Amino acid sequence: MLKFVGRRVLWLIPVMLGAIFIVFAINAIDPGDPVSALLGGSYTQEQYDDKKIELGLDKPFIVRYAGYVKDIVTDGDFGTSYTTKRPVSTELVERFGVTFKVAVISILIAIVLGLPFGIISAVKQYSIADNAVTIISLVFASMPGFWLALMLMLAFALNIKIFPASGIEGWKSWVLPCLASGLSFIATITRMTRSSMLDVVRQDYIRTARAKGLDERTVIVKHGVRNALIPIITTIGFQFGILVSGSVIVETIFSLPGLGTLMMTAINNRDYPVIEGCVIIMAALICVINLLVDLVYGFVDPQIMEQMKGSKKARRARHKTMGAHAL
Amino acid sequence: MSGDIKTSDSPAGDEPKRGMMETERRIDDTRRRSQMLSIWKRLCRNKLSIIGMIIFLILVLAAIFAKQIAPYDYSAQDLTNALAMPSAEHWMGTDDFGRDILSRVIYGGRISLLVALLGIIISLVAGGLIGVISGYYSGTLDGILMRIMDVIMAIPGFLLAVCVSAALGSGVLNTAIAIAIAGIPGYARLMRALVMSIRGNEYVEAARVCGQSGFRIMIREIVPNTLSPIIVDTTLRIGAYILMISSLSFIGLGVQPPEAEWGSMLSAGRQYIRSFWPIVTFPGLAIMATLFGLNLFGDGLRDALDPRLKK
Repeated sequence: MLKFVGRRVLWLIPVMLGAIFIVFAINAIDPGDPVSALLGGSYTQEQYDDKKIELGLDKPFIVRYAGYVKDIVTDGDFGTSYTTKRPVSTELVERFGVTFKVAVISILIAIVLGLPFGIISAVKQYSIADNAVTIISLVFASMPGFWLALMLMLAFALNIKIFPASGIEGWKSWVLPCLASGLSFIATITRMTRSSMLDVVRQDYIRTARAKGLDERTVIVKHGVRNALIPIITTIGFQFGILVSGSVIVETIFSLPGLGTLMMTAINNRDYPVIEGCVIIMAALICVINLLVDLVYGFVDPQIMEQMKGSKKARRARHKTMGAHAL
Repeated sequence: MSGDIKTSDSPAGDEPKRGMMETERRIDDTRRRSQMLSIWKRLCRNKLSIIGMIIFLILVLAAIFAKQIAPYDYSAQDLTNALAMPSAEHWMGTDDFGRDILSRVIYGGRISLLVALLGIIISLVAGGLIGVISGYYSGTLDGILMRIMDVIMAIPGFLLAVCVSAALGSGVLNTAIAIAIAGIPGYARLMRALVMSIRGNEYVEAARVCGQSGFRIMIREIVPNTLSPIIVDTTLRIGAYILMISSLSFIGLGVQPPEAEWGSMLSAGRQYIRSFWPIVTFPGLAIMATLFGLNLFGDGLRDALDPRLKK
C-alpha cells in the first residue's frame, strides 16, 4: 500500500515538470511581445533592451525554464507579475480560496443530490420518476455553464432580486456561482450513477442477495451502490478538473476574485508569470485530486486494495494469468 | 525489400497467398458490416437517440444551407431597429446593431461546426499518428510517447485550450488548433489500444511475411480496421468540441465579432442582460439544443454498442 502511494506520488513530479514545460513553451511561442506592451507606445532601443534583461527574456528558453522550476521548488517563487509588480505567489494564495470554495461546494451539492437521483432512477427503471430524472439531467448536462450562469443571473439577481449579481457580500453571493458550476455536475453524476447502477443490479450477486432474503434497502445500498461506486468516483475526479478550469468562466461572469478572474486579466495583459502560475496551480490541484481518487478506489474496492498491498512478484503473476485470459 | 520477394517468387506462388489474404479480409469486411448493421438496427429501435440524431442533422443542414435559410444577412446592420423584441419580421429580435438574431444564430452554427470539424481533423491526424506509431512499435518509443500524452492529459483540456488560444490569437484556424491540442491524447490512446489489438491478427502477420514495410502495413492493413471505433468516438466528441469553442469565444478568445459565433454573441450581449433578454437567450438555446441532440444520440450509440444489451 505504502509502496503504491509512494510510486503514485513520485509520478506527480514528471507530470508537473511536463505541465510547467508545456505552459512555458506555449507562452514562448506567443507572437505578442510583453516588452513593448509594458513600455507602451514610445521607447528607445536601449530602454527596450534594458527591460528585456530586467524581465529575463534575453536568456534562452531552456535556461529560463530551469531557473523557473528551481525558484518554484526552492522558495515557492513564481516570479513577479508584470503589471502589479507583486509576487505571483502572493496573488495565487489570495485568489486560491475562492476558486477552491466554489469547486468544493459544487462537488458536495452534486454528490449529495446526484447520487440519490441516480440510484432512484436506476432502481425504478422506466418509471415516471426515472424518465423525469433522465430528461431533466440530460437538459442540464447539455447546458453550457456560462449560459446557465447568465440565465441564473437574469432570473435570480435581476428579475427576482434575491441574490447579488456580482462580487462577494456574505453567503448569498456564493449561491449563484455554485449553482452555475454545480447543476450540470449534478446531472453528470446522476447519469453516471444511473448507468453504473443499472449495470450492477443485473448482476448475479444482487439476485443472490435478494434470494437469501435481505431487505431491498440492504441489497441496494450494501450490495448495489458499493459496487457501482468506482465509475462514479472516476467521474467525480474527472469533473473536478472541468470545474476548476470552468472557474475561468463562472468567476468572470459573477466577478468573483478567484484564480479564474486572475488568469483572464493576466491573459488580456500578456502577464506571463501570472498565467503560468495560475495554470500550474490548477494543474497541481487536479493532480492531487486524481491522486486522492486513485487512493479512494482502494478503500471502495477491496480487490484493488489487495492489488496495492500485494508484492511485485504476486502482481506480476496476476498480470500473467490475466494476460492468459485475454488471449 | 518487397521488390526482392516479388521478383524471386513466381507470380503463381504469390497469387494464392494474396488471394487468401483477400478472402480473409473480405470475410472480415462482411463480419464487420453485419456488425455495423446490427448496431444500426439497435440504434434505430431507440426513439430518443433518433430524435437526437434528427436535431443534429437539422443543425448540420442549417449550417450548410445557412445562406438559403437565414432570412437576413447575418452582418446587415439596421441601427434604427436595434434591440427589437421578437416579432413576425425578426423571430428572435435584433441585437444592439439591429442585426437579425435568428440569422446570426444560424450562421453561428456554421462557424461552430466548421471549427469543430477542423479541430477534429487536426486532433485525429496528430493523435492517430502518435497512437499508430506507439501501438505498432511499442517498446521505448511507445513509453515515451504515452508519458508525454499523460502529461498533456494532466492539464484540463479547457485550460490548455485557453492557453494555446491566448498564445495563438483568435480566429477560426487558431481556435481549431487550440481545441485540437487538448483532444490529441484521447485519440492517441484510443488508436494505440486499437492498433495493439489488431497488430496480432493473421492478415497483418501475412502482410509482414510478404515483406511489406512497416509504414505500408500501418496504412493499408491496420488503419482501415480502426475506422469504426474511431467514428463512434468522434461522434461522442463533437459536442464537447462545440462547447469548448463557444466557451473560448465567450471569454474573448476563440472566434470573435463581427463573425457570428454563439459564445461571442452571448458575451457581446451580456451588457444588455438587464434590459433585453433575447440577446442572451437564443444563442444559448442554440448551444443547448445542439448538445442535447448530440447527448441523446451519443447515449443511444453507446447503448447500441454495448454487447451486454444484445437480446
